[in-house]
Amino acid sequence: MDSVTPYRITPERLLDLFEKNRSELFANDPPDVHARREKALESFQKKGFPDKKLEDWRNTDLSESLNREYDYPLHRTEEDDQHKVFRCNIPHLDTAVIGQLNGWFVSKDVPLIELGNGIIIGSLAEAMNKYPGLVEKHLGNYASVEQSSFTALNTAFATDGTFIYIPDGVKSDKPVQLVNVIQHRENIFIQSRNLIVLGKNAQLTVVHCDDSYDHQPSFSNVVTEIVLDEGAFLDHYKLQNLNNDSTLISSTWFHLGKNASLESHFITLNGGMLRNNTFVKFNGSFGNANVYGFYLMDRQQHIDNNIFVDHASPDCMSNELFKGVLDEHASGVFNGHVLVERDAQRTNAYQNNRNILLTDSAKINSKPFLEIYNDDVKCSHGSSTGQLDPQAMFYLQQRGIGEENARMLLMYAFADEIVNKIAIEPLQHRIEDMVKKRLQGELQICEQCVLHCSTPEHPAEFKIDVSKI
Amino acid sequence: MLLKITNLHAAINGKEILKGINLDVNKGEVHAIMGPNGTGKSTLAAVIAGRDLFDVTQGEILYKRKNLMNLSVEERAREGIFIGFQYPVEIPGVSITNFMRTAVNEIRAYKGLDPLPAGEFLKMMEKKKKLVEITSDLTNRSVNEGFSGGEKKRNEIFQMAMLEPTLAILDETDSGLDIDALRVVANGVNKLRTPENAFVVITHYQRLLEYIIPDFVHILYEGRIVKSGGKELAIELEEKGYDWIKQQL
Repeated sequence: MDSVTPYRITPERLLDLFEKNRSELFANDPPDVHARREKALESFQKKGFPDKKLEDWRNTDLSESLNREYDYPLHRTEEDDQHKVFRCNIPHLDTAVIGQLNGWFVSKDVPLIELGNGIIIGSLAEAMNKYPGLVEKHLGNYASVEQSSFTALNTAFATDGTFIYIPDGVKSDKPVQLVNVIQHRENIFIQSRNLIVLGKNAQLTVVHCDDSYDHQPSFSNVVTEIVLDEGAFLDHYKLQNLNNDSTLISSTWFHLGKNASLESHFITLNGGMLRNNTFVKFNGSFGNANVYGFYLMDRQQHIDNNIFVDHASPDCMSNELFKGVLDEHASGVFNGHVLVERDAQRTNAYQNNRNILLTDSAKINSKPFLEIYNDDVKCSHGSSTGQLDPQAMFYLQQRGIGEENARMLLMYAFADEIVNKIAIEPLQHRIEDMVKKRLQGELQICEQCVLHCSTPEHPAEFKIDVSKI
Repeated sequence: MLLKITNLHAAINGKEILKGINLDVNKGEVHAIMGPNGTGKSTLAAVIAGRDLFDVTQGEILYKRKNLMNLSVEERAREGIFIGFQYPVEIPGVSITNFMRTAVNEIRAYKGLDPLPAGEFLKMMEKKKKLVEITSDLTNRSVNEGFSGGEKKRNEIFQMAMLEPTLAILDETDSGLDIDALRVVANGVNKLRTPENAFVVITHYQRLLEYIIPDFVHILYEGRIVKSGGKELAIELEEKGYDWIKQQL
């Protein structure tokens, strides 16, 4: 293999890289995609990387992550493609598994498949070749380069990732499991791009996992655009279990048409510096979005959930519930911003963030925020941060339950509200299992994907059996 | 002697609540502790349970000849001390079944016993539910979450039945109960009485004592037991009111 020399990723370096490689890297672009790329580059050039002076980034400091040196491969390698890390299985969960290694779609010689019912799943790069019109219509059309400089950077550079298309009226009978694994010889900088398109009344379940294979530092800037046409339904799961030296900026842009419905779950179990930017835009009336999150961080880990919900249409409902447990020196941020636009009458919008801090040095900055320009709305927001309820602890201990198990029961009970929202039963059991393991400090960064952490042969053991009997 | 309290003084934030309690409880006995509000009844229960809000400044509590001050909250519980709480706390997300299974198995482990197999545990639960006349699916719900006052108290008695304590202290279990719920609670206690265990019933009114007949009645006033007697003391107190006690002092 060629040797690589990692370097500091600076805006100057990136612009230089873009200029030097543009003719070759972006030759594949449909015209509109290319125009958006140029515009995005301009926007990034103006903004650069965000720093703590920006309100949105006040409590998330990327300087340490950005001061590291990374290798930034602009092409996929043979190695990437033939990798066999994707043997994920969740017992009793029948999924179509697709994989990404270091941001590249793992094709195993089949970069794109079109199923009989019209569903297309495959590499975004290949989709640009085969379905340029379809890609062009959506790619970069929802992710705003003005709103996020990381999204701008990604729009400028990313050439591959996953593409999923569900035609009008088609219900995908199997959940699609997208496993995103990072493994590299050097520190790696990754930019990948996913596009998921649901036609009118289409239905899909996506389980999107971010995992590390080893302990090598990485910096990922991932953008996923998800568009739901009229009456479409998406059940969306984002599971994050990365190593402590990984930085992930994951931006998901949901765009909901009339009567579209979204259930989204962000479960973060491990990672170094994580930022989830979630944007939900109601582009038609009677849309419905539930966005849930649960995070469990310790050591020096940092999790930032930034959610922006744009009620641009009337009669929509959005509901955010994010809960987290922060231990040791971990820190967290919750920024929930709901914008109710002038014509969005009869909007229902709810935001809630609840945290448990287990130590004095763990911290959370929680800021639910409503911005309302219509007077016919029902909105509420709330935030609470505390320790485990001493009265509940005493109650459990008075019944003979030891302190450690009492804490465990209460923390698990806290997580349960979110875990319970997971509609796919086998997945719910698996997450339950992982949360238990994580609470006991037993969850490791797996050799394979996150969902391998326990298998039917080696189930996660919990001192307390929390399963229902 | 199951429980021997000698000259117990306890304070919260430097304020003395218990000012020299003496109390002896033997196996097979039922004691009632009565007294006006704010005289230290609930504090006494909390101190016996080991709640760390209170500082024991003087005196001692011996339970099965062990100094309770040397035992943690959960060790006291595993040794057979049970508190029926006046205000049972709600714990969303923890089902009563899991709660009880964890508690039963931790107590078993303390005694060197293996965990109860799931099937046997379920059978035991059904039996105890019948004993305390719980017909609903209360046990599938989260601990006390959204329970009515009566359901909470009934749930306390159910837990007591499950854990089979040697010394049960019921802290105003009768408060806020209607007559039917009161009877259920009292029946539960009466069915659980054996020559090997003891009950301390803390109550404000004599009403509960019509159903649970005490062997001894103690009147707690301003942090001290100022009068002890048989069950007739409760009736006398009911007739004459607490002012009668104050006048005697």
